[in-house]
Amino acid sequence: MSTMTDTALQAAPATKARGYWATVARRIARDKVSMACAIILVLIFASALFAPWLGLADPYQGSMIRRLRHIGTPGYPLGTDELGRDMLARLIYGGRLSLIIGILPVILAFVIGTSLGLVAGYVGGKLNTAIMRTVDVFYAFPSVLLAIAISGALGAGIVNSIVSLTIVFVPQIARVAESVTTGVRNMDFVEAARASGAGPFTIMRVHMLGNVLGPIFVYATGLISVSMILAAGLSFLGLGTKPPEPEWGLMLNTLRTAIYVNPWVAALPGAMIFAISICFNLLSDGMRSAMDIRN
Amino acid sequence: MFAYIARRIVYVIPIVLSVALVCFLLVHITPGDPLVAVLPADASQELAAQLRSAYGFDRPLPVQFGLWLWRAIHGDLGNSIATGRPVLSEVMHAVSNTVMLAIAAAIIGFTLGLLLGLIAGYFRDTWVDKVATSFAIAGVSLPHYWLGMVLVIIFSVQLNWLPAVGAGAGGSGAWAWDWEHLRYLVLPAITTSVIPMGIITRTVRALTGDILSQDFVEALRAKGLRETGVFRHVVKNAAPTALAVMGLQLGYMLGGSILIETVFSWPGSGLLLNSAIFQRDLPLLQGTILVLALFFVLLNLLVDIAQAAIDPRIKRS
Repeated sequence: MSTMTDTALQAAPATKARGYWATVARRIARDKVSMACAIILVLIFASALFAPWLGLADPYQGSMIRRLRHIGTPGYPLGTDELGRDMLARLIYGGRLSLIIGILPVILAFVIGTSLGLVAGYVGGKLNTAIMRTVDVFYAFPSVLLAIAISGALGAGIVNSIVSLTIVFVPQIARVAESVTTGVRNMDFVEAARASGAGPFTIMRVHMLGNVLGPIFVYATGLISVSMILAAGLSFLGLGTKPPEPEWGLMLNTLRTAIYVNPWVAALPGAMIFAISICFNLLSDGMRSAMDIRN
Repeated sequence: MFAYIARRIVYVIPIVLSVALVCFLLVHITPGDPLVAVLPADASQELAAQLRSAYGFDRPLPVQFGLWLWRAIHGDLGNSIATGRPVLSEVMHAVSNTVMLAIAAAIIGFTLGLLLGLIAGYFRDTWVDKVATSFAIAGVSLPHYWLGMVLVIIFSVQLNWLPAVGAGAGGSGAWAWDWEHLRYLVLPAITTSVIPMGIITRTVRALTGDILSQDFVEALRAKGLRETGVFRHVVKNAAPTALAVMGLQLGYMLGGSILIETVFSWPGSGLLLNSAIFQRDLPLLQGTILVLALFFVLLNLLVDIAQAAIDPRIKRS
């Protein structure tokens, strides 16, 4: 008898949750713009991941006699850079580092910021004040300035650039997580869980996390676009990767001297950043409207 | 109103103090000895100790912070290690150039953003809306430093219409309000304006849509008000939020100018920050960030007050 009630109690929310997410997935799948963006992103990710098996030229191998070839030169479909290295290979290999330094900060900030916001929103009181006032301090800096300040103080390097961007995004995600959690906390089903004897940790993990993750996830997806631009920007300034590593921001920087010789080859790495950033923005918009079931 | 302003100013004091603390601590998260930049490589132990006490680095951190804050309040942010000149005057001179760039960009970006946003929100789901929304999403997704490069390629390298870098003959000291100098401002200002344009278009479009779907608009139309009159109501209701977003964007343009100023060698606070970072000029780095962050806090305060002045609902909450 008691086992039967237990299964019934557990099964009910599970089916409901699947129904919601299935609806959302169906709505995204039907949205042409979102699907196009998803396909472009998958292609870029896959090519970066499988770069060594694509039969590309060596991205590090330069040559003094074939520097700055134009786009469409036989053998070099996207030309060569200022040291004679194949641009196509460097752009595809460049995706590896560029995507890591652009996306990792958002993932880290998603984990840290969601935890902070969830705790602040659920526990409330003094702990909320302490966490949220600290978050406010970081809001007193424009995000680019904060990233540059931390990065500049820590010095150049991939790890430092990831750390500084994570610090920039944690407060933003924490604020979203806190406001969503505060909204969910006073709902009847949380009250019911508490009444049936669930501890705070169980309530947060089982009952609230699923309800707050959606909006935070959408927000974080939109942040990836900003993060890609900022991460490449730090490298562009010389605060990220070191040469000869292929990375889009750094490539833009070193090719800047070549804009009078071969302008369009110099502009290519930025087009990659733009493509990724616009796809994540459109995908985030698509997810937001797909999750807004009321409309 | 005065009570509200007083309350907001009191609320700003702890923020300003924490901002100062963050700027102070920046120097202390720097790897290695902060004296490295000033000490010659073969300096003796005595000289190092002497300099350390001269800079106050031998005292406990809270005491150092107190002393630094006291001097900062009196306008003394120390001297630049690279040039030896007072940090404050270097920063203020550079900030004035950044303000000029930000205001030029604001005029372009805010006008376009407001126009596109209103039109897109008013004619929702038509082709006009689609065009405006595409502009907006491109604006917020563009790596602006790359856009700067592309504009230089088109208008300086290929067409040879506008200068690629700098602020005109004689540098920023010889600035004048004539075309000979203003043409240096065109490309950086357009580049800076793109992100705020996109964000304001998106905000105003959403606002307009929300307002138009409210019952009072229905009531206005039912009583026979012409569309131009309805439009005026929409603008009035959207104004407080739009103003807040514009204030924030102006702050971002002032504080986040480093990438664009690097691309265009525009002699503002961003370029100063860039050289401070790469010359390891820590007092200059610290001072520039402090001044820019304080500008940002002040701007937010002004926006809040202006918002309360035009929207009486805010004071009550």
